Amino acid sequence: MPRLNSAIDLERLKQEILTRADGKRIVSITNGTDGKTRHSEAVVQAFIDEVEKQGLADKVIVKSTGCHGFCEKEPSTVIFPEEICYVSLKPEDAPEIVSATLIENKIVDHLLYVDDDGNKIVHESEIPFYKYQSRIVFGNNRLIDPKNIEDYIALGGYTALAKALLEMTPEQVLEEVKKANLRGRGGGGFPAGIKWETTRNAPGEIKYVIVNADEGDPGAYMDRSLLEGNPHSVLEGLIIGAYAIGSHQGFIYVRQEYPIAVQNLSVALEQAQELGLLGSNILGSGFDFDVKVHRGAGAFVSGESSALMTAIEGRVGEPRPKYIRTAVSGIWERPSNLNNVETWATVPLIINKGSEWFTGIGTEGSKGTKIFSLVGKVNNTGLVEVPMGMTLREVIFDIGGGIPGGKKFKGVQTGGPSGGIIPESLLDTPVDFDELTKLGSMMGSGGMIVMDEDTCVVDVARYFLNFLAEESCGKCVPCREGIYQMLKILNRICEGEGREGDVEVLEEISEVVRDFSLCALGATAPNPVLSTIKYFRDEYEAHIKERRCPAGVCKALISYYIEPEKCQACLICLRNCPVGAIIGGKNLVHVIDQEKCTKCGTCFEVCPPRFDAVTRLSGAKVPEPVLAGTEVARKRGKKNE
Amino acid sequence: MQMVQEVAEVDEIIAKYGGDKSAIIQVLLDIQREHRWLSKGVLKEVSQKLEVPLSQIYHLATFYKAFGLIPKGRHSVLVCLGTACQVRGAPRLLDKVIETLKIKPGETSADMRFSLDTVNCLGCCALGPVMVVDDEHYSKPSAKEIQEITAARE
Repeated sequence: MPRLNSAIDLERLKQEILTRADGKRIVSITNGTDGKTRHSEAVVQAFIDEVEKQGLADKVIVKSTGCHGFCEKEPSTVIFPEEICYVSLKPEDAPEIVSATLIENKIVDHLLYVDDDGNKIVHESEIPFYKYQSRIVFGNNRLIDPKNIEDYIALGGYTALAKALLEMTPEQVLEEVKKANLRGRGGGGFPAGIKWETTRNAPGEIKYVIVNADEGDPGAYMDRSLLEGNPHSVLEGLIIGAYAIGSHQGFIYVRQEYPIAVQNLSVALEQAQELGLLGSNILGSGFDFDVKVHRGAGAFVSGESSALMTAIEGRVGEPRPKYIRTAVSGIWERPSNLNNVETWATVPLIINKGSEWFTGIGTEGSKGTKIFSLVGKVNNTGLVEVPMGMTLREVIFDIGGGIPGGKKFKGVQTGGPSGGIIPESLLDTPVDFDELTKLGSMMGSGGMIVMDEDTCVVDVARYFLNFLAEESCGKCVPCREGIYQMLKILNRICEGEGREGDVEVLEEISEVVRDFSLCALGATAPNPVLSTIKYFRDEYEAHIKERRCPAGVCKALISYYIEPEKCQACLICLRNCPVGAIIGGKNLVHVIDQEKCTKCGTCFEVCPPRFDAVTRLSGAKVPEPVLAGTEVARKRGKKNE
Repeated sequence: MQMVQEVAEVDEIIAKYGGDKSAIIQVLLDIQREHRWLSKGVLKEVSQKLEVPLSQIYHLATFYKAFGLIPKGRHSVLVCLGTACQVRGAPRLLDKVIETLKIKPGETSADMRFSLDTVNCLGCCALGPVMVVDDEHYSKPSAKEIQEITAARE
């Protein structure tokens, strides 16, 4: 590909690409990590083969893209220009779709999305999951093959860079981002423009810009999907930021657990370099900029900005005291500006459409949109992008489709291990940095984990503390010892050995950990515990005072019991019990040997619903077992009644 | 002979990064992927070539989860214990995997076939709970499926 040396070159290339694609249908298929686990690779190939077979190769473009957001329904496809959407695809669906939709212009009914009322929906934008979203950043994933820079350019990619480098001064770019009040999307929510300015004004010729793609919050994968599906959006934002700050060297720190993102990023960098959009004299502007990719090696704490910078230096990624901000003294003590993947990806939009447009979206304190990973006990699992200000209820129920299996909503966890669980009474809270922090949680990087009546919040608090205890670098006493002690208490509570006063001790330790830890890992570690104590104190009391787990999760506090009057001796639970703890036989009531039982819950799961004989008890004594050899009370239907 | 070959491979990897000291974590990642562990001999070579003290290298090797100082099995089995998978029953999946492989997380089977580890979020939460064997992801595998999948790997 010939180098682009001006904005005109870029425009010309864009027109060339659009002309080549003119009049052609596009079949865009989800083929990111999510899709691949459901064989989307084979689906893509099936389409390519079928299109070839039907002689449509010059009329139809089959595009392998990243995640579109509705992960629950992947592999899925959107056919442009009509935006017809087919979901849950298998390779054998390709021939049908090609002949029906591409050749005969008919819809394949049985592959459409069906909503809760049984309606089949043809167009992607009308599917409730997508309808209420505002996919200004993530929407382009549908039209981009991440391994082909032309797709990005066709959508106007790199025009923001051209505008910044060729029509604006660095100060003007900085002003625009400041006016937009773009707050960091990685969890800190710090105004990016101010950070950029601090870095720009810090003494020193050499400055660095960094993409933090060390997305470590369990349950959050927005950054992975952005990097996999639209790496150029992040790169473009990064170069614009570098220009504003006066940096000529960037770093992209990616988790090594994201191999496809690393791969797609490398391809993107190569292609951008080839076109002169990266490297020396970008777009003929005289501005030089280079990027290095640095893979993480499996340490959550290394995602903290000062720790990340230390890792880039080749040292162990532990946080440092921040008497002097990293914006002033970062990598190799040089001014370094770090931002999250989503933050960088938003920058080109702000430059192209203006800060006024951006501030028109969202709330007073939180502008623009945010991408969340809506996961857990929710019907429509996936990545959703919504304007700040939409309520949690709207996100979980209107977009997420509510709780599966008719179960009751209990809480939503935001902010990962640094956040808290928000109960039903507060579901009308708008998604907003400050509002969520007020509740004792936080926006975090975007993980939104929905929990229902079968989730034990004490167990969740323990889970997070366990995670943090393992991930703590151990440098400072409040975090290292404080988290460990809190975990010990929570373990005792979940194992039925809670004591009066445990909750008060947890609160006391929390204060120390929160106020005196070196970095945010420690400082926010108490949040899951404190928020669950605040909103779900009754569950803690039940565990401690009654030795009862209301959600039926904590193994030490539950027992499984087969009700003799309901058991029909079908042998299913007996055969499936992994430790052979069920005694019984044909026609004989099955009995669980409580000594052998490991509380795995398999019998509970496999007992046929029409018998419903297995119950889970908590806080109550298990009834005495019936005598061996007791026969079942046969239910022979209406005849015997 | 094997040692000589290993050293040669390590030198190649170091050369790939231009002998840059700050790229040491990248070098170790590549070595881990090639050899499935970081042996003492290999680390000594890295220490010499990159002029980084061996103690610092051990600091790195023991800090980051991706590195192992004991050889890993031929096939890696990962069970995700991220929050979303946790809420969808990951601990139970882990129990089933432990039963099938007869090893606990962090261990390698005696015949060196499998190493089992837990991970904190692979980023495919819609499929939770998830098990990954080598590079293949499996969503909600049953006990029977786990047996079949692992039996198929030599």
